[in-house]
Amino acid sequence: MDPIRPQTEQEKFGRHRPLTDRDAHEINRIEELSYDLKVREVMISNVITTPPNVPVSKALELVRVNRISGVPVVHDETLVGIISLEDIVRALQNNELGEPVQKYMTTDLVTVNTFDSIVEAIKIFTEKRLGRLPVIDEHKKLAGIITKGDITRGILLAVQRDYKEEEVRRYRASHLFDDIVSDRTTLVLRYNIKAGDFTHGGNASSHIKRALLRLGADSQLARRCGIAAYEAEMNLIIHTTNGGMLKLEVEPRKITLSTTDDGPGIEDIQKVLQPGYSTATDKVREMGFGAGMGLVNIQKCVDKMEIESTRGKGTKLLMRIAVPSEILNSNKGSS
Amino acid sequence: MNLQTIIDKLQLNVLTGPRDFSSITPKGGYTSDLLSCVMAGAKQGNIWVTLQAHMNIVAVAAMLEVAAVIITENAQPDEAAIAKANEQGVILLSTPKASYEICGALWDMNLR
Repeated sequence: MDPIRPQTEQEKFGRHRPLTDRDAHEINRIEELSYDLKVREVMISNVITTPPNVPVSKALELVRVNRISGVPVVHDETLVGIISLEDIVRALQNNELGEPVQKYMTTDLVTVNTFDSIVEAIKIFTEKRLGRLPVIDEHKKLAGIITKGDITRGILLAVQRDYKEEEVRRYRASHLFDDIVSDRTTLVLRYNIKAGDFTHGGNASSHIKRALLRLGADSQLARRCGIAAYEAEMNLIIHTTNGGMLKLEVEPRKITLSTTDDGPGIEDIQKVLQPGYSTATDKVREMGFGAGMGLVNIQKCVDKMEIESTRGKGTKLLMRIAVPSEILNSNKGSS
Repeated sequence: MNLQTIIDKLQLNVLTGPRDFSSITPKGGYTSDLLSCVMAGAKQGNIWVTLQAHMNIVAVAAMLEVAAVIITENAQPDEAAIAKANEQGVILLSTPKASYEICGALWDMNLR
């Protein structure tokens, strides 16, 4: 762990940024969570406190009854010290349990803020041999107390939460074909693609890739389908008159991707299958499209590609991918 | 070699949100401004060097799970593209240098 790292993306964008595909693959978030979780989220907030002018015996009673190892000392809502078991023992040794708490309390306090990342608290716990840290709010008032145990519990809960969300999604999705009994089950996802909508270009194929991963496809299979879907999606955006539909059909042993549109249709199918042939405009080419590689890429990614087009009517593109050994079936396990 | 070292040595600007770049180890690289070529040629974990800076590079980078995109010649992606990159976990870096120079430097650093 690099303790000087300033800010994680979670801190900047909030913990509930969607998990990316990469995250979903390797959820190793302990380190990030220590930056991401705030002290406020893991501290104990209903703190037992004592005023400074009561006898040490009162503090001892609080420690004993509540089974805690120390009590923050608060005067006028402001934290003035902390009296720990050790302090109490010192008073006991001196036979001064009747003396006021302020005589024995520790006033040289190390505190953390409610808005600090828990990594701040971890740093302090590592550097100094302290069992607990008082937590101060924006108004410098005592807001809670935090121990190493609170931090561990907070991280574990957050990891569990994260992990569960994705696991549950994956589990549900990957068991789909088990749970639904039919002679032939097909999951169909349809995406309407608008002509010229470069802003959202790639969204549908990204959803398709994610869906396949959730359904239990391995990353290689999801990637192949994703690339094919992307090229097909961009073709609808770049070349159609009114956009079209991108469709994904998933069966346990077979994935079918297809697009349909209502024009303008392809003049010469043999030509569009040649690497480097493109009818894209200069404007589109400037953006890096129109390399004339789209269909060539699709052919590389899928097992079978069929293209059917009538000038003035539209184009149908069909792509089939065989799924090896029931990858999309939970028998192999969902992980 | 990790991404932080690459960022430091090539003095790249980090356009997307902060990450622990030292934990990311790119495997090789790819350069092209033609997105379909990138789709066909770039591998997972590559660094992709391009002077394209529009929204669609994010979709390509996310689909391919490249380690990072280095946008050359000071091309600047717009806010929406950066936001989308952050959302998709894509790292965007930029440099005033040309793609040729960046690739040469990466090659010299043994990213092959």
